[in-house]
Amino acid sequence: MHKIWLIIKREYSTRVKKKSFLLLTILVPVIIIGFYAAIIAIAINGASEKETIAVNDKANLFEGNREPGSSLTFDYISSESSFKTRYKEKGYKYFLSVPEMNIDTPQRPVLYYAKSIGPVTQARIEGLINSAIEKKKMIAANIDLQKLKSIKSNISVITLKGEGDSKQSLASVNSGVGFTAGFLIYLMLFIYGSMVMRGVMEEKTSRISEVIISSAKPFQLMLGKIIGIGGVGLTQFLIWIFLVIGLQFLIPIFLPEIGRQLEQAPASGGVQGGGMIGVINSLKTLPIGNILFSFTFYFIGGYMMYAALFAAVGSMVNEDPQEAQQLIFPITMPIILAFVIMTQAINQPDSKLAIFGSLFPLTSPIVMMGRISYGVPAWQMLSSMLFLVLGFLGTTWLAARIYRTGILMYGKKPRLKEMFRWAFRKS
Amino acid sequence: MPILELQNLKKYFATQKAVDDISLTVERGQIFGLLGPNGAGKTTLIRMITGIFYPDAGHIIFDRKKFDPINDVGYIGYMPEERGLYKKMKIGDQTMYLAQLKGMSRIEALEKIKQWFIKFEMETWWNKKVEDLSKGMSQKLQFVTTVVHEPKLIILDEPFSGLDPVNSNLIKDEIFRLSQNGSTIIFSTHRMEQVEEICDHIVLVNKGKKILDGTVKQVKQNFKENLFSIGTDNLPSVNGSAPYEVVGRKDHSFVLKINDNHQPNDVLKFLLQQGATIHSFNEILPSLNDIFIKLVEGTPTARQFQTVKE
Repeated sequence: MHKIWLIIKREYSTRVKKKSFLLLTILVPVIIIGFYAAIIAIAINGASEKETIAVNDKANLFEGNREPGSSLTFDYISSESSFKTRYKEKGYKYFLSVPEMNIDTPQRPVLYYAKSIGPVTQARIEGLINSAIEKKKMIAANIDLQKLKSIKSNISVITLKGEGDSKQSLASVNSGVGFTAGFLIYLMLFIYGSMVMRGVMEEKTSRISEVIISSAKPFQLMLGKIIGIGGVGLTQFLIWIFLVIGLQFLIPIFLPEIGRQLEQAPASGGVQGGGMIGVINSLKTLPIGNILFSFTFYFIGGYMMYAALFAAVGSMVNEDPQEAQQLIFPITMPIILAFVIMTQAINQPDSKLAIFGSLFPLTSPIVMMGRISYGVPAWQMLSSMLFLVLGFLGTTWLAARIYRTGILMYGKKPRLKEMFRWAFRKS
Repeated sequence: MPILELQNLKKYFATQKAVDDISLTVERGQIFGLLGPNGAGKTTLIRMITGIFYPDAGHIIFDRKKFDPINDVGYIGYMPEERGLYKKMKIGDQTMYLAQLKGMSRIEALEKIKQWFIKFEMETWWNKKVEDLSKGMSQKLQFVTTVVHEPKLIILDEPFSGLDPVNSNLIKDEIFRLSQNGSTIIFSTHRMEQVEEICDHIVLVNKGKKILDGTVKQVKQNFKENLFSIGTDNLPSVNGSAPYEVVGRKDHSFVLKINDNHQPNDVLKFLLQQGATIHSFNEILPSLNDIFIKLVEGTPTARQFQTVKE
């Protein structure tokens, strides 16, 4: 035990002490958040920039609704023929000429532009013209506009009320949480799994494995490495969680508008407000404790199970990192498959495929995340966890047997038949 | 008193009988040479002694008890032929880690490592990384990590390869000193002149079997061919009655092979009677190199693969 502890400590501290670790852990989320913030900022600014368009409305399309609102302003011009050539001199970028038309067989208006026209502006103008024509047609057909407005319904997300569950939540929030959790585990399996693999390859190519296993058992070395790197992953997680909590305190400072809304939002109760507030209210109704617990459990379980396999692959690779690419394929397959099943499961959490995927240990860490926010029957949850533990023991046992032979083998790449023999021969 | 006894040790791989029924005894305090051509099974044998492999058959007795790989590895220091250290790890941390893995406490390890670093003039290395070291420097470091926990049994596989004469001597002196302080050293190499210089006892393995076992002196005696070198101005012409044959000549010295049933005294007596002036008279013992080549010769240079039935 003492030796495993030493190995865990080394694997953990050599990675955490690296400058690149802190840099990556803190900078990556900051960069990602900054990136999104920049996109949002640009989008908001871009949208608020007003475009002024010169319009010659011979058909009186915009009659009674002369201000298009939003980001467009119309300047109405009476004479077309002379303006067609002079709109640039007058300081306009666009000139829209609407010919006289019979609204039953509308003619196309012409839009003149100086340099270029963005697709958004174009779509907006087209939309305005179409709705103006529609309005005229409705008036011509004696349809009461007020009545029509009161008939139209506008609900963006459905409110859910499960049986025996007094809480209300939004379907899109459920699936969003599930997808995020599943995607995180998917990423983590790859990131930390390949970190384990590279660690084993490093030990093998630098030929230190023989020195170490004349002091410790190969199994201790493998398990120590897996646990140590798992610890690195958890540390990274903790830092991220602190960053997120820190951001929640920072949001009200930098964006007072949203902060005020958050405070005013009732702590419990139905989903009244639309948009952001509704989402936040529905997040509050989710079984957060349950989700956090299962996320941690499935992250650790899934990581331990796959890390052992990644370690076995690392032990089979020689000097050439390209070999790893081929050997790793059988491991990445079930992870990708699990991700695909998960994207199904967030829409149909009780389908046969989702239930199978959340029980089968190679896919359950990711698929279960897709189902968890909808609530999973206890027997399924318990058996899935049991299978995961069994799966972890199984892959570790198998991997350890390949690993102990692999780390001392140099030269040619082992064939599948040989690996099989390593795994199942007597010690 | 033996520190290590191997009894009928066997290790078969799928395509080779790597170690095929080897027994040997290593006495405490000995410098023991384990010799053999490439692929003879030396590394496999050593891996069984260091607990890396389990033998298929046979027993290992370490320090009068059955070898227990879990606990006994702390008393063994092993420097493999393929050297290995973590390239990106700081040298001080790395040495501490390896010493603690061998069961030393932190404080004990720190103290011992500092002593060794001072002895080998490596004090400034502590915060450097292994990738900053030259081949010879990392070799010295590897030697320190092998012996820092004061093992009862030290196994060195080609310890001098890549070292310049100065550092070679440094390590050689350390080997002698460790052996005088009671450590036993198993020394595996192809370099016969080093074996003659350092080892007390040698074992030669070939194709997984032991083909020679004895002290250096004894082995040389066993393989002597009754050759003597004699320094004289004029060797009398030989007619059939002389107790020797001349097999070689260089300036004023001749190599004689004494005929069966004759002693060196007979030769001297004969020569003196003939009135020869003798400057010197020496027995020529075969070098270990010659013996090695003679014994191993005729076996294919590369070991052939075979099918092993278990």
